[in-house]
Amino acid sequence: MTEAIGAQGYVFAGVGLVMAFAAVRLVTTKNLVHGALYLVVTLLGAAVVFLLTLAEFVAWVQVLIYVGAVIVLILFGLMLTKAPLGPTAFDNEQRGLAALVAALIFALTSSVTWTAFEGKTIDFDTAFGVEAVGQELFTTMVLPFEVVSVLLLAALVGAVILAKRDDD
Amino acid sequence: MPVQWLLLLSAFLFSVGIYGVLARRNAVIVLMSIEVMLNAVNLNLVAFNAMLKDAAVVGQIFALFVITIAAAELGVGLAIVILIYRNRTTVSIDEVSLMKW
Repeated sequence: MTEAIGAQGYVFAGVGLVMAFAAVRLVTTKNLVHGALYLVVTLLGAAVVFLLTLAEFVAWVQVLIYVGAVIVLILFGLMLTKAPLGPTAFDNEQRGLAALVAALIFALTSSVTWTAFEGKTIDFDTAFGVEAVGQELFTTMVLPFEVVSVLLLAALVGAVILAKRDDD
Repeated sequence: MPVQWLLLLSAFLFSVGIYGVLARRNAVIVLMSIEVMLNAVNLNLVAFNAMLKDAAVVGQIFALFVITIAAAELGVGLAIVILIYRNRTTVSIDEVSLMKW
C-alpha cells in the first residue's frame, strides 16, 4: 500500500489538510478580511493539487485568475461595502440547521464516491501539458470557448451597468 | 495515490461551502463560499481527468470553463452587492428579504 501512495500522496495529504482547515476557518471567522486571506490559502492549495494531478495549465490559470484577480475583486468588494474591520458575528440563526445540511451532504457524497471509486488510483505517469490543452481547446472545443468569451463580455457589460451610478 | 482521497477533500470543501452559503450573513462571504464550492468541483474534474488519462483533456478544459464562469459570476455578484449597499447601506442578507417567499 505504501508504494501505491508515493511521495505525491503524502504531499497531497498535507496540502489537503491545510485546505480543509482554511475552508473551515473561512466560514467560521469573525473577521471578514481574514476570511478573504483564508480563501487565498484554499485557492493556492487547489493550485498545488492541480499541479500534483498533472494539470499544469489549470494550476497556473488558477493562480492567475483566482489568487490574482478574484481575491483583489473580493477585497475591493469588502472595502467598498465598508466591511467592519474588527471582529463581528456573521452567523445567522439558521446556523445549526446549515451545519446539519452540510454534514448530511458531506456524508452522502463522500460515502457514494468512496464506494464507487474503490481501488481506482491516479498513477502520475501521463501528463497533459499546455500543448495538449491548447490543441484540444482550439479544435474540438472551439465553439464552447467562443460561447464562454461572449458570456464573459456580457458579464463585463452587465457588471459595469449594474455598478454605475444613475446620475452620471 | 487513491483517487478517493481527492474526492473526499472535494466533498468536504463542497459541504463547507454549503454551510457558508446557508449560515453566513454577509453577502461577500456568501460569494466567497460559492467560490470554494466551484473549486471543489474543479478538483473533481481534474482528478477524474488524471484517473482516466483522457487524451482529450476534457476534464481540464471543463475546469477552465468553470473558472471563467466563476469569475463572471463573481463580477456580477459583487456589482449587485455594491448596488444593494448603495441603496440600503447594508450587505446583510437577512435584511434584503423583499423578494423572499
